[in-house]
Amino acid sequence: MKNIYEALVEIMGERGVSNRPEEIWFYGRDPGVLPPHPPDYVVAPETTEQVQKVVQLANREKIPVVPMGNGMALTGLVIPLKGGIVMDMKRMNKILEVNEMARYVVVEGGTSQGMLKAHLRDHYPRLRHSLPDAPPTTTIAANVSLHGQGCLTQQYGFNSDMVSGLEVVLPTGELCKIGSPSLGPYWFSKGPSLPDLSGLFLGWLGTTGIFTKVGLKLYPNKKIREMEIFVTDKAELVPEIIYKLTHLEMLEDLIAWFQPKPLMFKDNYHLTIYFTGDSEKEIEFKRTMIWDALQEFIDNKDGGFMNVQAMKPNLMENPQRGIAAFADVPRGGGFEYSGPITLIELYPQFAAKVVELAEKYDVIYSSAARVISGGHSMMFSISFAFNRADPAMMERVKKALDEATEYALKMGGIPWKPNYMEQKMTMDHMDPNTLKLLRMIKKNLDPHGIMNPGNWEPAP
Amino acid sequence: MEYARQIEHADIVHRCFRCGYCKFPEDYVDFNCPSYKAFGWDTFSPGGRMWLIRAWLNKELETSPHFSRILYSCVACGNCKDQCVYPRFKDYLLNVFEEAKAELVNEGRIPPEVRDYFKAVSVNGNPYKQPQEERGQWADGLGLKEFTDQEYLFYVGCVGSYDEVGQRMARSVGQLLSETGVSIGILGKEETCDGHEVKVLGETGLFTALAEENIMKFKKKGIEKIITLDPHALNVFRKDYPKLRGNFEVFHYTEILSQLIRNNQIPLSNYQAKVTYHDPCYLGRHNLILEPPREVLKGLPGIELVEMRRKGLSAFCCGGGGGNFFTDMVGSGENNPARIRIKEALDTGAEIVAVACPQCAKMLDDAIKSEGQEDWLEVLDLSELVNRVRSK
Repeated sequence: MKNIYEALVEIMGERGVSNRPEEIWFYGRDPGVLPPHPPDYVVAPETTEQVQKVVQLANREKIPVVPMGNGMALTGLVIPLKGGIVMDMKRMNKILEVNEMARYVVVEGGTSQGMLKAHLRDHYPRLRHSLPDAPPTTTIAANVSLHGQGCLTQQYGFNSDMVSGLEVVLPTGELCKIGSPSLGPYWFSKGPSLPDLSGLFLGWLGTTGIFTKVGLKLYPNKKIREMEIFVTDKAELVPEIIYKLTHLEMLEDLIAWFQPKPLMFKDNYHLTIYFTGDSEKEIEFKRTMIWDALQEFIDNKDGGFMNVQAMKPNLMENPQRGIAAFADVPRGGGFEYSGPITLIELYPQFAAKVVELAEKYDVIYSSAARVISGGHSMMFSISFAFNRADPAMMERVKKALDEATEYALKMGGIPWKPNYMEQKMTMDHMDPNTLKLLRMIKKNLDPHGIMNPGNWEPAP
Repeated sequence: MEYARQIEHADIVHRCFRCGYCKFPEDYVDFNCPSYKAFGWDTFSPGGRMWLIRAWLNKELETSPHFSRILYSCVACGNCKDQCVYPRFKDYLLNVFEEAKAELVNEGRIPPEVRDYFKAVSVNGNPYKQPQEERGQWADGLGLKEFTDQEYLFYVGCVGSYDEVGQRMARSVGQLLSETGVSIGILGKEETCDGHEVKVLGETGLFTALAEENIMKFKKKGIEKIITLDPHALNVFRKDYPKLRGNFEVFHYTEILSQLIRNNQIPLSNYQAKVTYHDPCYLGRHNLILEPPREVLKGLPGIELVEMRRKGLSAFCCGGGGGNFFTDMVGSGENNPARIRIKEALDTGAEIVAVACPQCAKMLDDAIKSEGQEDWLEVLDLSELVNRVRSK
């Protein structure tokens, strides 16, 4: 393997490649519960040309390549299951273009969510993007490659739906532009009115190519952002509450959450309702509409709006630091979640399952369901915190998550950012012809199976 | 022989989630961890260090020159402890890094640059390997008196005593304080190293010896109040000397200057200049002295203060902290933190970068040269700027 290292140094320079034990150890794991597996090399490209050359080398030598953002999917998607090269994309973090009138941005493949947020605030205060609740170090490319969600998902769909063009290094090393940038200088459409080739890459978890540029739609940044929290102790009412709220077509974001600690939250279901406006008049109008929409639940004593003043600073943060802080509840530095995409009407069943699993495996839970696209579906997170210094607890969390995924599939849901075992469960449930198509596409794009191998692969 | 690695805070190291909030300033505008910015590997970020230290304590990783570089390239700027999202954990991040370095010292597996630093301080009493007799030469011709019974000891530290840029700054501050009637005395050739960098680099034994010697000396001379030139000295006098029963009232010179300006005790004329201010980490983040330097600048007629994008608690370190001023484990090149900081200063359109730390002054001065910007930008300490505005 010495020649491979030398070839990588030739492409990357000394600063861009490592096979030292420290980087090999670190880049062989993520913060979730899956066991690590070491890469043979880690590279950190600064240019598209470097990405291409490394992929060409890997394709020629049949070496696995695993693209990585900040590694916060938590489901082992950046663990190099078969060794090879981990490609840390974060040095490619330039914001290349903002088209203010067409409301889109073009970023390099390692640009972080936080830097884009800061850039827009500094230079384009009228625009915003759909920031996920993940830490700001997570990258835009990684987020869309796994169909991430964000604060505008209720309005506009998955963050991957907001992609407005891609530049991808294919597993064979060719550079390919997807959507309007394939025809000209503009990045306003990832597909329509062409055949939407972005579907060959979005959601494939880095198994069909490496994003070197992402075009992303931006949205109006209203002057005022506000929130309310509606509380009910009846899980069975949550779907109807969401239905009435989404009927308004006024909300920025809508999240239904429950957790047992602190005790003031126990046995209640909370709906955090975010809305925006350009004037106090607009805000008050929307607030009134929201209150009116839920008045019948208040009249029936099934729920009410809670005082949010104490919680507001934390809940208005974007991203919310408190979400990462869940990892420290057992004083142990970890949490992981199964986040199936499913129907909102199944909320009560999923909520019951969370509590059942937490009791069965003796783990600490938290759940937050984000409404997607005005109520067509939700991402229902089943989160369990663990203590990294307690291997037995980590194993219990792993089993609880496996069972949660089995349950989600049984209920007709789709696992979100599934780990390699959940992918296999998913493929087992999949229509055979759909699976055949998936394999055919993957085989054609990646004939040597070098891209993030072990993922979206059939059992040997 | 099997060596059992131990650090005081080993029981919390696993609590790092490596979420990466620690890499950023409060508003996420750019990576704010200088060593991560310089090296570009996650292993050089605070979370990377925590995870590697855990693996190293568990014997999953061996001590190596690269591991030592990862630890010693931390500039101890404290951005990570401010941005980490875990209460009751984040307060100990820097302790963990310092303890791991101390354990490397115990193992005898430290980088040559760090070893040489310790040797120089141990043998010569300063990292410059200069004679102790020459320690007070920075004050020659200023008329500053040895400390006897003045209100304050003016402590300049190793950089102020021996480094050319530091000496210039020490002379300027000393002269200004003296001429404006502040009752100060100096230790001259009796002054010894405060030990701050020795401690941060993990040589706890040498640090304790230096600190105890200083404390004894200060007490013997009846010193109760100290004005420091260097925020690093301020930090160690305020935070660590009390643990060794060295309790003194410690000020940074910018705090005294701001009082003098506020009370109109310095006659000022006018000096037209656009100035940006670089917050030293040990003044700002570590001791929350953010406003006094700015009050000085705002009180100077003709001076327009233009802030850099990262300022105050989100300021980007010059890269000299954590002993790197002497050991330079961060290295040079385009990703050198001081060069990045100078580019940020240039973006403001300022013609002067005002500083309040001799280590920052030297780092940024060098960076201006590396960037070839000597004709456009100069580094001045706050007292030098005040001297330009003073009525002659």
